[in-house]
Amino acid sequence: MSTVKARLAPVTGHRLFWPLVMLVVLLVANTVYRPSFLSVELKNGHLYGSLIDIVRLSAPLILVALGMSLVIATGGIDLSVGSVVAVSGAVACLWISEQPDQNSLGGVFTALAIAFGLALVLGVWNGVLVAVIGIQPIIATLILMVAGRGLAQLITSGQIITINSEPYKTIGVGHLLTLPFAIIIALVVAVIVAVLTRRTALGMIIESVGGNAEASRLAGIRSRRITLLVYVVSAACAAIAGFMMTANVSSADGNAAGLWVELDAILAVVIGGTSLAGGRFYLSGTIVGALIIQTLTTSVYAMNIDPQTALLFKAVVVIAVCLIQAPAFRARFRRKRTLAPPPPPAPTAEKQKEQVPA
Amino acid sequence: MTTTPLAVRADRAWWRVPQRHVPVLATFVLLLVMYGVGVAQYRAFSNIQVIFNIFIDNGFLLVVAVGMTFVILTGGIDLSVGSVVAMTAMVSASLLRDGMNPALVLVIALLIGPVLGFAMGCVIHYFDIQPFIVTLAGMFFARGMCTWISSTSIPITDGFWTSAAQERIRLGENFVSVSVLIALAVVAVAAFALAYTRLGRNVYAIGGNPQSALLMGLPVGRTKIAVYTISGLCSAIGGILLSFYTLSGAPLIAIGMELDVIAAVVIGGTLLTGGSGYVFGTVLGVLVLGVIQTLITFDGSLSSWWTKIVIGALLFAFILLQRLVGIRKK
Amino acid sequence: MSQRHPVLTMTAISKHFPGVRALDGVDFRLFPGEVHALMGENGAGKSTLIKVLTGVYGTDAGTITLDGTQVSFTGPMQAAAAGVSTVYQEVNLCTNLSVAENIFIGREPRRGGAINWRQMRRQAQEALARLDLHIDVSELLGSYSLAVQQMVAIARAVDVQARVLILDEPTSSLDADEVAQLLRIMRQLRDQGIAILFVTHFLDQVYGIADRITVLRNGRLVGEYLTADLPQLALVEKMIGKELDALEQLDSEAGKDPARVAEGSPLVEADGLGRSGAVAPFSLTIHAGEVVGMAGLLGSGRTEVARLFFGADRADKGQLVVDGKPVAIRNPIAAIDRDIAFCSENRRTEGLIGELSVRENIILAMQAARGWLRPVPRRKQDELVQRWIEALSIRPADPERPVRNLSGGNQQKVLLARWLITEPRLLILDEPTRGIDIGAKTEIQRLVAQLSDGGMAVLFISAELEEVLRLSHKVAVMRDRQLVAQLTNDESLDADRVMRAIASGARQEGLEKA
Repeated sequence: MSTVKARLAPVTGHRLFWPLVMLVVLLVANTVYRPSFLSVELKNGHLYGSLIDIVRLSAPLILVALGMSLVIATGGIDLSVGSVVAVSGAVACLWISEQPDQNSLGGVFTALAIAFGLALVLGVWNGVLVAVIGIQPIIATLILMVAGRGLAQLITSGQIITINSEPYKTIGVGHLLTLPFAIIIALVVAVIVAVLTRRTALGMIIESVGGNAEASRLAGIRSRRITLLVYVVSAACAAIAGFMMTANVSSADGNAAGLWVELDAILAVVIGGTSLAGGRFYLSGTIVGALIIQTLTTSVYAMNIDPQTALLFKAVVVIAVCLIQAPAFRARFRRKRTLAPPPPPAPTAEKQKEQVPA
Repeated sequence: MTTTPLAVRADRAWWRVPQRHVPVLATFVLLLVMYGVGVAQYRAFSNIQVIFNIFIDNGFLLVVAVGMTFVILTGGIDLSVGSVVAMTAMVSASLLRDGMNPALVLVIALLIGPVLGFAMGCVIHYFDIQPFIVTLAGMFFARGMCTWISSTSIPITDGFWTSAAQERIRLGENFVSVSVLIALAVVAVAAFALAYTRLGRNVYAIGGNPQSALLMGLPVGRTKIAVYTISGLCSAIGGILLSFYTLSGAPLIAIGMELDVIAAVVIGGTLLTGGSGYVFGTVLGVLVLGVIQTLITFDGSLSSWWTKIVIGALLFAFILLQRLVGIRKK
Repeated sequence: MSQRHPVLTMTAISKHFPGVRALDGVDFRLFPGEVHALMGENGAGKSTLIKVLTGVYGTDAGTITLDGTQVSFTGPMQAAAAGVSTVYQEVNLCTNLSVAENIFIGREPRRGGAINWRQMRRQAQEALARLDLHIDVSELLGSYSLAVQQMVAIARAVDVQARVLILDEPTSSLDADEVAQLLRIMRQLRDQGIAILFVTHFLDQVYGIADRITVLRNGRLVGEYLTADLPQLALVEKMIGKELDALEQLDSEAGKDPARVAEGSPLVEADGLGRSGAVAPFSLTIHAGEVVGMAGLLGSGRTEVARLFFGADRADKGQLVVDGKPVAIRNPIAAIDRDIAFCSENRRTEGLIGELSVRENIILAMQAARGWLRPVPRRKQDELVQRWIEALSIRPADPERPVRNLSGGNQQKVLLARWLITEPRLLILDEPTRGIDIGAKTEIQRLVAQLSDGGMAVLFISAELEEVLRLSHKVAVMRDRQLVAQLTNDESLDADRVMRAIASGARQEGLEKA
């Protein structure tokens, strides 16, 4: 018995274990409810099926959550991604809608470039507020979260800009090599972020800054630059997600585009095992987290429950995952199970010196 | 400086205004300026009823913002308020539709918010999970409950509700609604509680320095749970006021309201890091938002989204101001 | 005098933490109307004793009696209620509340359920007046200096009918005038019959106010003395001790040839370098291949000197000269660029990134210097890390293990390895052997000697005189935030002379020409 336990420990102890269990449970539940759920078929050279849909629909969330992972790893948070999604989508659609030929590739690329550039500016804005002026991340990004919505509506003049551009539409619903184009984009961005962080030293330095800012400074790390950079990356990811979301519906709605996406993204990151306190980040976990959220939404939808009611399930998942990961919660259970005395408070002695900025 | 160097106060600003009042005063000046601009631009703006209308239109926002002030003063945040407002309105509307006694409905509706707030407070305190995440879950939960109750808007036809909604309380030539009186009563109670009760002072102490508060023997956990319960209660009252205002319960109403509320509290001079701020400031913050909306309505050519942009700009200005005041204090 | 009964008696107190015997059968007693200084170096067990007394920790063995009845507090609250109040080094009050509130919060005078502000202000004024402090109590605490905040904390502590007042390093961030006023208040309280337990690192203050001294070392009681019977030198000796430990003597030929290393131009030269509030301006030269030991008690400014050399804090006086050229070291990056490395005494908070692996922690500084775009190739990382794990025998020899899971000694070695792979010319080690086992200690000492033989300059800070003397070519002595002596480590130098310098601050003694 104990040997089985011991052998299972590395599996159950893996940080992806519980998120994956959650994902599998959701998939099984769906399959029980609707046996055709797992089937994937090839039509006109394109793959179709519920699973493919889930991945395709979760692509924007994956993108936003990837950027968010880096921000959270530095101990920050980016509430403005939803607004950046709305702004970038709105700018791209506005530019395309004013082209004589909405299908011209040149026009679409110019639109993307302008929107992407603006998003980078917004990212720099956030980064400067946090890294240079030293405002708490949650507050600094709240500014753009509020104002960015207004900016998006200003750009669209409060209208829903509808476009009819095949190249742009491809970003959301097109196919490439039998796979939906959105999935490929998300995959490419994921690979880029992974390479950027794990093939260079960026990832380690981000984790170092998030893990212990003062020790990082004394090791000679220029943490301001790194902090600024992650907000820019986050905004860039949000911009691409914005293109994808608006392309999905071939229209830009400054009010609704990207609504709540910041919350979902933070959730995905947390489910994926990255601590909100900063430090180690797990891109693979984030992707699994995003898939869980989208599967939940899709399955609730498939079960003919109002999509808004899906929020109820989401609430349960958030609390469950956070509780499982909370040290205080685990400690409570462990104490009950083994009745072991609590660990001596010696290591926390120095923690008292942390002062909350008043 | 010679005999008792310690008694010499750390340098005080020349204008003799205590630093802690600077943000609130700045908001007050801003409010006066905006009102002045309105009066100068539009003749009808000088009508007292314009001010009363701002209160009538924002009564529920004011109540919710008061609750949020408690939470933010402890250094926490409550994202669930908008959803709890909507849920309260939905529950009231659906129970009234089923023909329940309005008094009983009122009691039930007013209980939901505090119970959820209490639960969130407990999770935050006992399991040490960030308020941001816990109240986010609360927000999802409450919003989900709304649509679970009904996916469409439920009108309210109950006599008590309609009379509360339509009752106009005359003040000379002008009038206010019942909601305004309730909102002002909540403000008065909250201001008293923060200034004159131990709970209120503990709220400030925890926001200032939770470690110290613990070492000084203050009931930190109980206070934390209390503020989320209070915020829940305020959201519930806000939900009732909203249902008076709209005479319906709609599942998607008050979406994004938590942002307006947080903005109002911050513009009102309360530090988002906790420990400093006043209910009076929050009232001013709500009025600033109200005046912006009124100005934009009066202008006619400006679109509603300017509200958000202006609020964002004001947020930026006030956070920067707080930061500067904070730096100078060091 | 001797007939009086102690108000507080702690008998045979023992406290263990995993791997550490923090207190071992310590006795302590406190008489009413006296100031009793609790002295000891880092890790002596002072703070553990206070925490056991106030109920932050439980005891493994021993008893505490207050006024003849045995007590066992569950926390500082309960202790305060029983009359044992503590004022900590960092003022534990709320700077965002008024002075009056800070004295009364949690027990505000009320009338009809509402806080009676007027009465509270009046009572606060009275409480402070008793301490001879006349300030506006309705102002925010944060608008007053740290000294006033400290007094307010004392006022709060005393106002709850304290019979025992514990002052834990209350003077560490005060200037001379402020200290004088604090000591005056302490005398006043003492004369009112309050028993004061005073922890400080400043010998002047101890001799200025304490009636009785208890010395702890390594968790054991060294002794209890009347201040009048204990000369400063004897106190320092008792605090530092002459450990006849199992440390092997290092080869002395290389280690003690001051003439060899002092030749040539200095590598780093501090010229009137200082920072107000941290360390008075000092001048110190370090040559290549030289080990400069830094002795002094805890809080004497040792660490502050190290931080100025490394740019961890910005100097506001004087300058640093590297290779004969004045340089502005505004931040650690500037210091690292000039091949200066610094291992902080606080391994956990200022050194290592606990979550990251041994490998990542080791290459961190090298990587930071290269910038994130030029990662150290993985093969080179593994090679370097493997080499240093072997060279320093870091255990367990698993480069991918999170560094927080290592023991103190191994963590210290990881931190050393981080800087050694950057091949610095000046290595600053702040208490590198504190809190680690004897084996690791010897290894680190041997390493320092080797490095200096290889031409590296080392600034070696330690509270243990034995090891400073064993390793250094020159000993710089710190006292009360001043560099009071520089002693050449020749045959004539022994622990006694260094201790005398620490105790008396003899500026003239053996001053070396720079």
